[in-house]
Amino acid sequence: MSLTSNNINQNELRKLAAREGYTFFGLTVPYLIMVTALIAIPVGWLFYLSFIGRDGTFSFENYERMWKSKAYIKIFITTFKISILTTIICAAIGYPLAYFMSQLSRKWANICMVGVLIPFWTSLLVRTYAWLVLLQKKGLLNNIAIDMGLISEPIKFVHNTTGTLIGMVHIMLPFLILPLYANMRAIDKDCMKAASSLGATPSRAFWTVFLPLSLPGLLAGLLIVFVLCLGFYVTPAILGGGKVIMAAMKISSNIELYFSWGAASALGVVLLVVTAIILFIASKLVSIDQLGSR
Amino acid sequence: MLGHPGPYFTTNRVTMENSSLNISIKNVTKKYDEFYALKDISLDITSGEFMTLLGPSGSGKTTLLMVLAGFTNPDYGSVKFGEEEVILKPPHLRGIGMVFQNYALFPHMTVEQNVGYPQKLRGVSKSETSKTVEEALETVKLEGLGHRRVDELSGGQRQRVALARAIVFKPKILLMDEPLSALDKKLREEMQIELRQLHDTLNMTTVYVTHDQKEALTMSDRITVINGGELMQLGTPNEIYEHPENGFIADFIGESTLIPVKVKNSKALIGKTEIKVAQPLSKDGDFLLVVRPEKVFLAPPKKKKDQNYFEGDLLDSIFQGESQLLVIKLTSSDGEDQVLRVRIPNQSVTDKALPAIGEKVTIALKVADSYVVS
Amino acid sequence: MANNFLNRNVSETQIRLKDRIWLYAISFTVLFLLIVPSLVVIPMSFSASQYLEFPPKEWSLRWYENYFFSWKVENGFNDWMSATWTSFKVAILTIVVATPIGTMAAYGLVNGSSRLSKILFPIFISPMMVPIILVAIGLFYFFVQFKLVGSVLGLVLGHSLVAMPLVLIIVFSALKNYDMNQEKVARSLGATRFRAFREITLPQIKFSIVSASLIAFLTSFDEIIISLFVAGGDNSTITRSMFLALRDQIDPTIAAISTILIIVSSGLLILVQLLGNKDKST
Repeated sequence: MSLTSNNINQNELRKLAAREGYTFFGLTVPYLIMVTALIAIPVGWLFYLSFIGRDGTFSFENYERMWKSKAYIKIFITTFKISILTTIICAAIGYPLAYFMSQLSRKWANICMVGVLIPFWTSLLVRTYAWLVLLQKKGLLNNIAIDMGLISEPIKFVHNTTGTLIGMVHIMLPFLILPLYANMRAIDKDCMKAASSLGATPSRAFWTVFLPLSLPGLLAGLLIVFVLCLGFYVTPAILGGGKVIMAAMKISSNIELYFSWGAASALGVVLLVVTAIILFIASKLVSIDQLGSR
Repeated sequence: MLGHPGPYFTTNRVTMENSSLNISIKNVTKKYDEFYALKDISLDITSGEFMTLLGPSGSGKTTLLMVLAGFTNPDYGSVKFGEEEVILKPPHLRGIGMVFQNYALFPHMTVEQNVGYPQKLRGVSKSETSKTVEEALETVKLEGLGHRRVDELSGGQRQRVALARAIVFKPKILLMDEPLSALDKKLREEMQIELRQLHDTLNMTTVYVTHDQKEALTMSDRITVINGGELMQLGTPNEIYEHPENGFIADFIGESTLIPVKVKNSKALIGKTEIKVAQPLSKDGDFLLVVRPEKVFLAPPKKKKDQNYFEGDLLDSIFQGESQLLVIKLTSSDGEDQVLRVRIPNQSVTDKALPAIGEKVTIALKVADSYVVS
Repeated sequence: MANNFLNRNVSETQIRLKDRIWLYAISFTVLFLLIVPSLVVIPMSFSASQYLEFPPKEWSLRWYENYFFSWKVENGFNDWMSATWTSFKVAILTIVVATPIGTMAAYGLVNGSSRLSKILFPIFISPMMVPIILVAIGLFYFFVQFKLVGSVLGLVLGHSLVAMPLVLIIVFSALKNYDMNQEKVARSLGATRFRAFREITLPQIKFSIVSASLIAFLTSFDEIIISLFVAGGDNSTITRSMFLALRDQIDPTIAAISTILIIVSSGLLILVQLLGNKDKST
């Protein structure tokens, strides 16, 4: 099919189409400016700084220090250990709750959801503080245990890994439950009925039909929780009492106490790279829209 | 009333002022990467005509409508309303009325506010607006429902509100994108006739998109069959039905059986049997014989010269209410099986018995009705 | 009677209540542990003793007094009131900045080319994905160059950055659930793009936009880490003050402030839930 090169109105139409495209793009420009100016440039700057040694010249010493120093290795191990433990515990107690909620009627599920959302929107500090007060030596938990005769002396629940874990699980749980619940809600109930009609016991139907279908949501939740744990600052700082040092805390102390931007940036870059890798894997497994849904 | 529209728009329609426009479409092409949504479409729609764009899903008919409305800009081409080139004009300046498939009524407004919206946009005074809104609602038989909210209306009522909103400002051109597809069969058939009557009263040029060929045949002055972004055939309902120009159209419009026919030396052969066809055979090659179920009938005992005959076994006999559908397997000398459908109207009780399943039957088709396509 | 209750079918696949008791037990326990710890702070804030007993042996409002009248204290170290005022100011300004920018971007993404959207969307939600500590120190370093540390502007920029992705997601999903054909109809009837948006679309997504604003407010008000680094001097936020106090000593005033924060957050949350369901979708 031959088309004449001088097609009617072609140039004007092309300009019209371009103008439309520009209009919509234009609407996103202020946002882009904000992100570029406030994230891309500062983080890029930090990236550059991480390669500046103490004497002001280009060097890898900041990174070298990280794998050589015992302190840093301990920090990496602690960060990973706590992140993984938190993620596992969240999955273990979050999955049943999400499942429970997904099987309720809309009305009751929404009521339970309020129970998940209220802590979610309560200030991080308030929740961390609440655990601090509950778990301390003269705190509620110890008092009740002593009154009930379970223990004779207060147990140290805070300023250690235990307290940190408890606090972090509490903060992270809604992040796991929300995507998981959304996924479970969307599972066609007819699938379970079909499995049942084909001869599966409820337990079998769950393991072979429901669980696999809920995996995307679970995975999304696990990845969000893990990534957030890696970079977490506030709760470990307060509930760890200085004994549990995670990456974010080291970054902060590098700057506040030592003004060593090079060291802080290098650690930050490592954190960023690990986060980016995990998120990249996540994006291959789960669509971006699902990660952002609430 | 006006009844079934004839092949050309009735000249005895009362034309008030000549307030409609003709539409002239030239070489409109729209490409998405390698895919042609519209390929060099050229079409002239007469002022006041009811033109249907008919085609299967994805054929490009809705794309063409959107180009007319201004929501889709083609890669090149020209669209004129009357004398004016509108291809570069934004939708809000084209002066068209449009009804969408899902009506797209504004849920945060009442019926009155919905219908009055175009008037508000045009700065029409409040009193004039209420007058025209009332008129529009009366025209679509929804008088008195102005104060209702959209979610209180039934599907059929919503459709009428969408219509009222599109005509309240008396546009010269009306575009409709499968407006009846969401309605159930009975309501749809009633609305087809009502819409046609509305068109006749209001004298607007109407472009109507549908995939339902029966709907197209019922309502249109002319039909444009579109497939794969290309214009297949343009003609009156009668022309399209009786003389489809190719196998696709023959298959898409109405029920038909297409029987392969070889033409050699001006002779048409099905297998080894020669048949006589209605049109002159100038070219040799492979063709298809279009056999409409209502045009074939059980052959009477005496063979006539102006009829073609087909032999076969009766596979099935299906009662379909107003007609009986016979499914016949033709005995062909070619080796390939061909199934022919014959529709016999169930008229009043006769003592003529229908053939039984398994019997050998002979089917007749008048030569005048034997029509081949490429 | 109890037997009938336990034998009730709780699922279409004929699972009985008693088979699922363990699930109910775990779920209620987890829900309990999610909600209660925060709530325990409330009665404790009324405890007269320095050690915040539960239940309080003596009731007192001293910690609330400490908070509300902190501007009167001469040493001004923990001027809670002025910190609260700063937080409030910054949060309101965050709404003003984040909501329009986020809404415009959402509209541009929904209606623009889908290829561009696929590239832009990850960029737009990156503030949520980059570790916040990194954003915080990056901003701190950046603001030092522009003398924005300790300024309200610096805080507003930082908080808006974090709030915008949430605004974007909320408005984006509202627009996705909205029938854009209505704008097309309005335009076919004679409205310009902008008028169609203003008169047809905006009224129908207004509740989502208000929700997004409230979320932006809450995000800014509760924001800790960026505030830790960017705020300072005369402009400390309430979150920064609280964190520093918590790290150094357990000031019981924090219990009072926490109670207030819980009430404010819950109130806003309930408002958001109510509004979120009000947007009509055809």
